[in-house]
Amino acid sequence: MKFGILVNEGPYQHQAADSALQFTKAALAKGHEIFRVFFYHDGVNNGTRFGVPPQDDRNITQQWSDLAAEHQLDLVVCIAAAQRRGILDENEAKRHGKDGNNLAPGFRISGLGQLIEAGIQADRMIVFGD
Amino acid sequence: MLHTVNKSPFERRTLDSCLRHAQPDSAVLLIEDGVYGAFDGTAITGKVKDAIGNFKMYVLGPDVRARGMDESHVLDGITVVDYEGFVDLVAEHDKVQAWL
Amino acid sequence: MAEPWEDEEQGPVRKFMYVNRRAPYGTIYALESLEVVLIAAAFEQDVSLVFLDDGVFQLKKGQDTAAIGVKNFSPTYRALEGYDVEKLYVEQESLEARGLTADDLVVPVQVVNQKELGDLMAEQDVLLSF
Repeated sequence: MKFGILVNEGPYQHQAADSALQFTKAALAKGHEIFRVFFYHDGVNNGTRFGVPPQDDRNITQQWSDLAAEHQLDLVVCIAAAQRRGILDENEAKRHGKDGNNLAPGFRISGLGQLIEAGIQADRMIVFGD
Repeated sequence: MLHTVNKSPFERRTLDSCLRHAQPDSAVLLIEDGVYGAFDGTAITGKVKDAIGNFKMYVLGPDVRARGMDESHVLDGITVVDYEGFVDLVAEHDKVQAWL
Repeated sequence: MAEPWEDEEQGPVRKFMYVNRRAPYGTIYALESLEVVLIAAAFEQDVSLVFLDDGVFQLKKGQDTAAIGVKNFSPTYRALEGYDVEKLYVEQESLEARGLTADDLVVPVQVVNQKELGDLMAEQDVLLSF
Protein backbone atom coordinates (compact mmCIF):
# COMPACT_ATOMS: atom_id res chain seq x y z
CA MET A 1 0.00 0.00 0.00
CA LYS A 2 0.97 3.62 -0.48
CA PHE A 3 0.94 5.71 2.68
CA GLY A 4 0.89 9.47 3.00
CA ILE A 5 2.11 10.80 6.34
CA LEU A 6 1.34 14.26 7.74
CA VAL A 7 3.54 15.50 10.59
CA ASN A 8 2.08 18.50 12.38
CA GLU A 9 4.58 19.04 15.16
CA GLY A 10 8.27 19.79 15.51
CA PRO A 11 10.93 17.45 16.86
CA TYR A 12 11.16 16.86 20.62
CA GLN A 13 8.37 19.23 21.68
CA HIS A 14 5.73 16.61 20.93
CA GLN A 15 5.97 12.89 20.33
CA ALA A 16 4.37 13.28 16.91
CA ALA A 17 7.63 13.29 14.97
CA ASP A 18 8.91 10.22 16.81
CA SER A 19 5.63 8.37 16.31
CA ALA A 20 5.69 9.25 12.63
CA LEU A 21 9.27 7.99 12.32
CA GLN A 22 8.51 4.71 14.08
CA PHE A 23 5.38 4.20 11.99
CA THR A 24 7.25 5.01 8.78
CA LYS A 25 10.04 2.55 9.60
CA ALA A 26 7.54 -0.18 10.45
CA ALA A 27 5.59 0.45 7.25
CA LEU A 28 8.74 0.25 5.14
CA ALA A 29 9.83 -2.92 6.93
CA LYS A 30 6.49 -4.46 6.00
CA GLY A 31 7.04 -3.64 2.37
CA HIS A 32 4.66 -0.71 2.10
CA GLU A 33 5.51 2.38 0.10
CA ILE A 34 5.64 5.84 1.65
CA PHE A 35 4.23 8.15 -1.00
CA ARG A 36 5.25 11.30 0.87
CA VAL A 37 5.90 12.63 4.34
CA PHE A 38 4.50 16.15 4.54
CA PHE A 39 5.54 18.48 7.34
CA TYR A 40 3.09 21.22 8.35
CA HIS A 41 2.63 23.66 11.24
CA ASP A 42 5.63 23.27 13.55
CA GLY A 43 6.34 20.01 11.76
CA VAL A 44 8.52 22.05 9.39
CA ASN A 45 11.03 22.28 12.23
CA ASN A 46 11.88 18.64 11.62
CA GLY A 47 13.68 19.98 8.55
CA THR A 48 16.40 22.15 10.09
CA ARG A 49 19.92 20.82 9.82
CA PHE A 50 21.12 23.11 12.61
CA GLY A 51 19.75 21.00 15.44
CA VAL A 52 22.43 19.73 17.84
CA PRO A 53 20.54 17.49 20.23
CA PRO A 54 22.45 15.79 23.06
CA GLN A 55 24.74 13.02 21.86
CA ASP A 56 23.12 10.40 24.04
CA ASP A 57 19.69 10.93 22.57
CA ARG A 58 18.13 10.51 19.16
CA ASN A 59 18.68 13.04 16.39
CA ILE A 60 15.24 13.26 14.85
CA THR A 61 16.20 15.34 11.81
CA GLN A 62 19.10 13.01 11.09
CA GLN A 63 16.77 10.03 11.34
CA TRP A 64 14.49 11.56 8.72
CA SER A 65 17.45 12.40 6.46
CA ASP A 66 18.90 8.89 6.81
CA LEU A 67 15.54 7.25 6.15
CA ALA A 68 15.04 9.46 3.11
CA ALA A 69 18.45 8.51 1.74
CA GLU A 70 18.00 4.81 2.36
CA HIS A 71 14.46 4.54 0.95
CA GLN A 72 14.27 7.52 -1.44
CA LEU A 73 11.52 9.05 0.67
CA ASP A 74 9.90 12.29 -0.40
CA LEU A 75 10.06 14.56 2.65
CA VAL A 76 8.23 17.79 1.93
CA VAL A 77 8.26 20.85 4.16
CA CYS A 78 5.37 23.24 3.54
CA ILE A 79 6.68 26.52 2.16
CA ALA A 80 4.16 28.77 3.89
CA ALA A 81 4.63 27.16 7.30
CA ALA A 82 8.40 27.09 6.76
CA GLN A 83 8.59 30.77 5.91
CA ARG A 84 6.71 31.62 9.09
CA ARG A 85 9.09 29.56 11.19
CA GLY A 86 12.39 30.28 9.47
CA ILE A 87 13.10 27.05 7.66
CA LEU A 88 14.68 28.03 4.37
CA ASP A 89 16.51 26.28 1.58
CA GLU A 90 19.13 28.08 -0.48
CA ASN A 91 16.60 29.44 -2.97
CA GLU A 92 14.23 30.69 -0.34
CA ALA A 93 17.06 32.35 1.60
CA LYS A 94 18.21 34.19 -1.54
CA ARG A 95 14.67 35.12 -2.46
CA HIS A 96 14.05 36.70 0.93
CA GLY A 97 17.49 38.22 1.43
CA LYS A 98 18.42 36.02 4.39
CA ASP A 99 22.05 35.43 5.27
CA GLY A 100 21.75 31.68 5.66
CA ASN A 101 19.67 28.64 4.91
CA ASN A 102 19.02 25.58 7.02
CA LEU A 103 17.09 22.89 5.20
CA ALA A 104 18.37 19.44 6.11
CA PRO A 105 19.43 16.83 3.52
CA GLY A 106 16.60 14.75 2.15
CA PHE A 107 13.97 17.43 2.69
CA ARG A 108 12.54 19.72 0.04
CA ILE A 109 10.35 22.80 0.37
CA SER A 110 7.13 22.87 -1.59
CA GLY A 111 3.51 23.94 -1.48
CA LEU A 112 0.42 22.62 0.24
CA GLY A 113 -0.60 21.10 -3.06
CA GLN A 114 1.85 18.32 -2.27
CA LEU A 115 -0.23 17.41 0.77
CA ILE A 116 -3.42 17.34 -1.26
CA GLU A 117 -1.74 15.27 -3.94
CA ALA A 118 -0.71 12.79 -1.27
CA GLY A 119 -4.31 12.65 -0.09
CA ILE A 120 -5.42 11.91 -3.63
CA GLN A 121 -2.71 9.42 -4.61
CA ALA A 122 -1.99 7.51 -1.41
CA ASP A 123 -4.11 4.60 -0.23
CA ARG A 124 -4.03 5.86 3.33
CA MET A 125 -3.21 9.20 5.01
CA ILE A 126 -1.98 9.05 8.59
CA VAL A 127 -1.72 12.26 10.65
CA PHE A 128 0.63 12.71 13.61
CA GLY A 129 0.13 15.82 15.70
CA ASP A 130 -0.68 17.20 19.09
CA MET B 1 -12.25 3.53 9.94
CA LEU B 2 -9.28 3.48 12.28
CA HIS B 3 -9.32 6.27 14.84
CA THR B 4 -6.12 7.24 16.63
CA VAL B 5 -6.15 9.06 19.97
CA ASN B 6 -2.83 10.42 21.15
CA LYS B 7 -3.63 12.55 24.20
CA SER B 8 -4.36 11.48 27.74
CA PRO B 9 -8.09 11.33 28.54
CA PHE B 10 -7.27 13.05 31.82
CA GLU B 11 -5.73 16.01 29.99
CA ARG B 12 -8.03 16.37 27.00
CA ARG B 13 -11.41 15.32 25.77
CA THR B 14 -10.23 13.86 22.49
CA LEU B 15 -10.92 10.25 23.52
CA ASP B 16 -14.38 11.33 24.55
CA SER B 17 -14.99 13.13 21.27
CA CYS B 18 -13.64 10.21 19.29
CA LEU B 19 -15.91 7.70 21.02
CA ARG B 20 -18.94 9.94 20.47
CA HIS B 21 -18.37 10.09 16.72
CA ALA B 22 -16.89 6.73 15.81
CA GLN B 23 -19.23 4.30 14.06
CA PRO B 24 -19.96 1.00 15.80
CA ASP B 25 -17.35 -1.62 14.95
CA SER B 26 -14.75 0.89 13.90
CA ALA B 27 -11.30 0.58 15.47
CA VAL B 28 -9.76 2.92 18.03
CA LEU B 29 -6.01 2.87 18.64
CA LEU B 30 -4.57 4.64 21.69
CA ILE B 31 -1.05 5.94 21.10
CA GLU B 32 1.39 8.28 22.84
CA ASP B 33 -0.24 9.77 25.96
CA GLY B 34 -3.53 8.29 24.79
CA VAL B 35 -2.43 4.93 26.20
CA TYR B 36 -3.32 6.11 29.72
CA GLY B 37 -6.94 5.53 28.73
CA ALA B 38 -6.43 1.78 28.41
CA PHE B 39 -6.10 0.86 32.07
CA ASP B 40 -8.22 -0.59 34.80
CA GLY B 41 -8.95 1.32 37.97
CA THR B 42 -9.15 4.84 36.62
CA ALA B 43 -11.91 7.46 36.66
CA ILE B 44 -12.73 6.67 33.05
CA THR B 45 -12.47 2.89 33.15
CA GLY B 46 -16.26 2.60 33.04
CA LYS B 47 -16.49 4.72 29.91
CA VAL B 48 -13.72 2.76 28.23
CA LYS B 49 -15.33 -0.57 29.15
CA ASP B 50 -18.48 0.64 27.40
CA ALA B 51 -16.39 1.57 24.40
CA ILE B 52 -14.89 -1.91 24.30
CA GLY B 53 -18.39 -3.19 23.76
CA ASN B 54 -18.90 -0.93 20.74
CA PHE B 55 -15.53 -0.62 19.08
CA LYS B 56 -12.43 -2.67 18.41
CA MET B 57 -9.96 -1.15 20.85
CA TYR B 58 -6.19 -1.24 20.60
CA VAL B 59 -3.31 0.27 22.50
CA LEU B 60 0.27 0.79 21.32
CA GLY B 61 2.54 -1.40 23.46
CA PRO B 62 5.74 0.61 22.97
CA ASP B 63 3.99 3.71 24.33
CA VAL B 64 2.59 1.71 27.28
CA ARG B 65 6.03 0.39 28.20
CA ALA B 66 7.69 3.77 27.70
CA ARG B 67 5.41 5.22 30.36
CA GLY B 68 6.10 2.45 32.86
CA MET B 69 2.53 1.24 32.64
CA ASP B 70 1.83 -2.46 33.11
CA GLU B 71 0.54 -4.21 30.02
CA SER B 72 -1.14 -6.78 32.25
CA HIS B 73 -3.38 -4.00 33.59
CA VAL B 74 -4.65 -3.08 30.14
CA LEU B 75 -8.40 -3.62 30.16
CA ASP B 76 -9.69 -6.90 28.83
CA GLY B 77 -10.83 -6.40 25.31
CA ILE B 78 -8.14 -3.88 24.43
CA THR B 79 -5.52 -5.52 22.23
CA VAL B 80 -1.91 -4.46 22.66
CA VAL B 81 -0.15 -3.93 19.33
CA ASP B 82 3.30 -2.74 18.33
CA TYR B 83 4.18 -0.43 15.42
CA GLU B 84 3.89 -3.32 12.96
CA GLY B 85 0.40 -3.91 14.32
CA PHE B 86 -0.33 -0.20 13.92
CA VAL B 87 0.69 -0.45 10.28
CA ASP B 88 -1.52 -3.52 9.82
CA LEU B 89 -4.47 -1.70 11.38
CA VAL B 90 -4.00 1.16 8.94
CA ALA B 91 -3.90 -1.24 6.02
CA GLU B 92 -6.97 -3.17 7.22
CA HIS B 93 -9.23 -0.14 7.62
CA ASP B 94 -10.31 2.01 4.72
CA LYS B 95 -9.13 5.27 6.28
CA VAL B 96 -7.59 6.78 9.40
CA GLN B 97 -8.79 9.70 11.49
CA ALA B 98 -6.44 11.26 14.01
CA TRP B 99 -8.15 12.78 17.05
CA LEU B 100 -5.55 15.31 18.16
CA MET C 1 -18.36 17.02 -31.24
CA ALA C 2 -16.53 17.79 -28.00
CA GLU C 3 -14.19 20.77 -27.88
CA PRO C 4 -10.53 19.84 -27.32
CA TRP C 5 -10.53 21.07 -23.75
CA GLU C 6 -13.62 19.02 -22.97
CA ASP C 7 -11.65 15.83 -23.63
CA GLU C 8 -9.48 16.47 -20.61
CA GLU C 9 -10.13 13.70 -18.15
CA GLN C 10 -11.04 14.73 -14.64
CA GLY C 11 -8.50 13.10 -12.34
CA PRO C 12 -9.60 11.06 -9.34
CA VAL C 13 -12.04 12.90 -7.08
CA ARG C 14 -11.85 12.01 -3.42
CA LYS C 15 -13.97 13.13 -0.52
CA PHE C 16 -11.73 15.22 1.71
CA MET C 17 -12.89 16.27 5.15
CA TYR C 18 -11.04 18.93 7.12
CA VAL C 19 -11.73 18.42 10.81
CA ASN C 20 -11.57 21.56 12.94
CA ARG C 21 -11.71 21.04 16.70
CA ARG C 22 -9.66 23.92 18.08
CA ALA C 23 -10.41 27.49 18.98
CA PRO C 24 -8.83 30.30 16.95
CA TYR C 25 -5.84 32.42 18.06
CA GLY C 26 -4.78 30.33 21.07
CA THR C 27 -2.97 28.14 18.56
CA ILE C 28 -2.27 28.41 14.82
CA TYR C 29 -4.16 25.30 13.79
CA ALA C 30 -7.35 27.13 12.79
CA LEU C 31 -5.53 29.59 10.55
CA GLU C 32 -3.18 27.11 8.94
CA SER C 33 -5.89 24.52 8.31
CA LEU C 34 -7.88 27.22 6.50
CA GLU C 35 -4.82 27.86 4.35
CA VAL C 36 -4.82 24.19 3.37
CA VAL C 37 -8.45 24.41 2.32
CA LEU C 38 -7.82 27.45 0.14
CA ILE C 39 -4.89 25.84 -1.66
CA ALA C 40 -6.74 22.55 -1.91
CA ALA C 41 -9.62 24.23 -3.74
CA ALA C 42 -7.54 24.20 -6.92
CA PHE C 43 -7.58 20.41 -6.89
CA GLU C 44 -11.34 20.21 -7.37
CA GLN C 45 -11.92 17.47 -4.85
CA ASP C 46 -15.12 16.90 -2.91
CA VAL C 47 -14.39 19.02 0.15
CA SER C 48 -16.20 19.26 3.48
CA LEU C 49 -15.19 21.35 6.45
CA VAL C 50 -16.47 20.30 9.82
CA PHE C 51 -16.35 22.30 13.01
CA LEU C 52 -16.87 20.52 16.29
CA ASP C 53 -15.75 20.85 19.90
CA ASP C 54 -13.87 24.16 20.23
CA GLY C 55 -13.63 24.35 16.44
CA VAL C 56 -17.05 25.99 16.40
CA PHE C 57 -15.43 29.09 17.95
CA GLN C 58 -13.46 29.60 14.71
CA LEU C 59 -16.67 30.79 13.08
CA LYS C 60 -17.78 33.15 15.84
CA LYS C 61 -18.91 36.57 14.54
CA GLY C 62 -17.36 39.81 15.66
CA GLN C 63 -13.74 38.80 16.12
CA ASP C 64 -11.75 41.95 16.92
CA THR C 65 -8.08 41.12 17.21
CA ALA C 66 -6.64 44.64 17.28
CA ALA C 67 -5.66 44.57 20.93
CA ILE C 68 -3.89 41.21 20.71
CA GLY C 69 -1.91 42.31 17.66
CA VAL C 70 -2.83 39.28 15.60
CA LYS C 71 -4.46 39.28 12.18
CA ASN C 72 -8.20 38.57 12.19
CA PHE C 73 -8.63 35.79 9.68
CA SER C 74 -12.34 35.12 10.24
CA PRO C 75 -13.39 37.03 7.06
CA THR C 76 -11.64 34.29 5.13
CA TYR C 77 -14.43 31.88 6.00
CA ARG C 78 -16.75 34.07 3.93
CA ALA C 79 -14.39 33.72 0.96
CA LEU C 80 -14.69 29.94 0.93
CA GLU C 81 -17.82 30.02 -1.17
CA GLY C 82 -15.86 31.76 -3.91
CA TYR C 83 -13.47 28.82 -3.86
CA ASP C 84 -16.36 26.37 -4.34
CA VAL C 85 -15.99 25.16 -0.78
CA GLU C 86 -19.60 25.09 0.24
CA LYS C 87 -19.98 22.15 2.58
CA LEU C 88 -19.47 23.63 6.01
CA TYR C 89 -20.86 21.55 8.85
CA VAL C 90 -21.08 22.61 12.47
CA GLU C 91 -21.97 20.24 15.26
CA GLN C 92 -25.09 21.14 17.17
CA GLU C 93 -23.98 19.62 20.47
CA SER C 94 -20.70 21.54 20.32
CA LEU C 95 -22.55 24.81 19.68
CA GLU C 96 -25.02 24.24 22.49
CA ALA C 97 -22.35 23.25 25.00
CA ARG C 98 -20.68 26.58 24.26
CA GLY C 99 -23.81 28.69 24.43
CA LEU C 100 -23.81 29.41 20.70
CA THR C 101 -26.31 29.14 17.88
CA ALA C 102 -25.92 29.28 14.10
CA ASP C 103 -26.83 32.97 14.31
CA ASP C 104 -23.57 33.63 16.14
CA LEU C 105 -21.55 32.43 13.20
CA VAL C 106 -19.87 34.45 10.50
CA VAL C 107 -21.06 32.28 7.58
CA PRO C 108 -24.13 30.19 6.82
CA VAL C 109 -23.47 26.60 7.83
CA GLN C 110 -25.29 23.33 8.00
CA VAL C 111 -25.84 22.37 11.61
CA VAL C 112 -25.68 18.63 12.13
CA ASN C 113 -25.98 16.54 15.25
CA GLN C 114 -23.33 14.24 16.62
CA LYS C 115 -24.68 11.13 14.94
CA GLU C 116 -25.03 12.85 11.57
CA LEU C 117 -21.47 14.13 11.89
CA GLY C 118 -20.18 10.65 12.65
CA ASP C 119 -22.01 9.37 9.59
CA LEU C 120 -20.50 12.13 7.46
CA MET C 121 -17.02 11.29 8.68
CA ALA C 122 -17.57 7.64 7.80
CA GLU C 123 -18.35 8.60 4.19
CA GLN C 124 -15.05 10.36 3.55
CA ASP C 125 -11.98 9.08 1.72
CA VAL C 126 -9.45 11.31 3.49
CA LEU C 127 -9.76 13.03 6.85
CA LEU C 128 -7.22 15.68 7.79
CA SER C 129 -6.88 16.91 11.37
CA PHE C 130 -4.73 19.78 12.45
